[in-house]
Amino acid sequence: MKPSIEPQPVKARAAVLTLRGRKVVPGVAEGEALVTQDHISGWGGIDSRTGTIIETRHELRGQSFAGKVLVFPGAKGSSGWSAAFHLARLMNVAPAAFLFNEMTTKMALGAVVTHAPSMTDFDSDPLKCIETGDWVRVDADRGIVEITKKNARASS
Amino acid sequence: MQLTDHEKAMLDGQEGPAVQKAMDLLMRYGEALGAERLVETHNVCATITATTPLQRDIALKGGGMDAVFSEFSLDSQEVVKIPKFKTFTSHLQLGFDPNQPERFGLSDDIVQFYGKSEKHVAGLGAQIMNTCTPYQVGNIPTRGEHCAWMESSAVVYCNSVLGARTNTEGRESCGAAMLTGRIPDWGYHQDAPRLATHVIELDVDVESVQDWGLLGYFMGDLVQDRVPVVYSRHGIKRVPNLPRLKHFGAAASSSGGVEMYHIMGITPEALSLEQALGGKAPVEVFRYGEAERRATYEKINATGTEADIQYVMLGCPHYTIEQIWEAAQLIEGRRVHENCELWIFTPRAIKSLADRNGYTEIIEKAGGIIMSDSCSAMSRAVPKGTKTVALDSAKQAHYLPAILGVQAWFGTTAQCIDAACTGRWNGGYA
Repeated sequence: MKPSIEPQPVKARAAVLTLRGRKVVPGVAEGEALVTQDHISGWGGIDSRTGTIIETRHELRGQSFAGKVLVFPGAKGSSGWSAAFHLARLMNVAPAAFLFNEMTTKMALGAVVTHAPSMTDFDSDPLKCIETGDWVRVDADRGIVEITKKNARASS
Repeated sequence: MQLTDHEKAMLDGQEGPAVQKAMDLLMRYGEALGAERLVETHNVCATITATTPLQRDIALKGGGMDAVFSEFSLDSQEVVKIPKFKTFTSHLQLGFDPNQPERFGLSDDIVQFYGKSEKHVAGLGAQIMNTCTPYQVGNIPTRGEHCAWMESSAVVYCNSVLGARTNTEGRESCGAAMLTGRIPDWGYHQDAPRLATHVIELDVDVESVQDWGLLGYFMGDLVQDRVPVVYSRHGIKRVPNLPRLKHFGAAASSSGGVEMYHIMGITPEALSLEQALGGKAPVEVFRYGEAERRATYEKINATGTEADIQYVMLGCPHYTIEQIWEAAQLIEGRRVHENCELWIFTPRAIKSLADRNGYTEIIEKAGGIIMSDSCSAMSRAVPKGTKTVALDSAKQAHYLPAILGVQAWFGTTAQCIDAACTGRWNGGYA
């Protein structure tokens, strides 16, 4: 479940970072970030019924992306990428949003059929600016990502 | 995206709601990619049939097979009536062989539901080839032909060996292409992305089917999804045939995401290094010599420790008739060991040729079986009690340990047939 957003105290506002990028799938979503430096496989890489990464040797193996803002380099593996995330959406365990660096047909189609607001082509690397646990608001329509660092969240 | 008048009419619904939904998906997909236009395609390869309990439940809610196609092939929550396909469409492999319900653990219910679905999509115009190698059974695109194909090993063959043009499409984009004859004009449909950026320079002879699998696995690992050109100063002595290039591309698209490669002097867009590289200097040159070959062999065999073999699987990608002929010759007069099973996968059309040639009888007499439509990685089906498998495919050896937690030995076809008949892995680096 998404925790409710409380009004940000003035002090914590300084901890909000902004990224600008290109809209891939329209819409606005927010959630906790799940960040990986590894590419993600769809078919054979995720369990579409539970929303979990299952690929052997993946740094997120066993972790759930359901309702999270998934931040990763891009898609890899089988042409079943879109079908695997499409099924995750039907099971209500899809990510809330996708932020990625490398555009491919697998990635584009997968994001489209997941119906998750998605962005790419950022002015700075989201893999460096965003850490797992940060609160991230993705406004794909305006091309803006707002990041509240987890430290700021904890102290606010 | 810029649309032609005909495309605008399809998007406006002038060819009915299913075509409109298909155009809507292509617009969303094309804009996500940053494509500027669509390209005409007359050749789609995809998975379309309904095979899972979830799809059955969606069909039973009232929309039937149209509901399955609307959701899974068009990303449409609204159920639309699916018209006959506009585009020549070949059906790819599935998660089982419907003729072998016991081996694949299928309920009667799912077999019947699948049968209905197969009949439905065949009626719409799909060719029920049910293979990862449509280029073996009647779908061989021409150089320059724009395609919309799924299945990584088929995509890399289509682009590289045949010189046709496709990206790695998914179920939904293929569904839209079947109804509209369009796909985004992006990536490998255009000239520049097809040029090589990396060079693989051979320092050893690459001749056998195993050799090509090793080279492909090495190459994919290094270049990931970039475009390499393979080059030998002395020329490639034995021109690789279909089984070799089928294995090569499948291996390269497993260890990496290679969708396009060149082999200088052999593949159609690489008559010279200059042509393959578009006259530019390569970003990087990798050498493939004896040490690299050996290290690749060790990497593919990393999971193999136990010599007792319970299962030998051949036919990844689906075997050619030449490979079935070879397997039949290797096993004739021998018996599959009582602790082991031998499963061979091939397209149904080639299975019927093997039946006619007498190869099926030879293999069955020895205790093996030829199946179609699927493979162990797609189906997750292996003989009961399988702990260790022997394979002549680098792709299958890459995927099976990850998918099923089994150990895998990768070797030559002869080593695999020997393992099937002795129940032991006696292979080794050769």
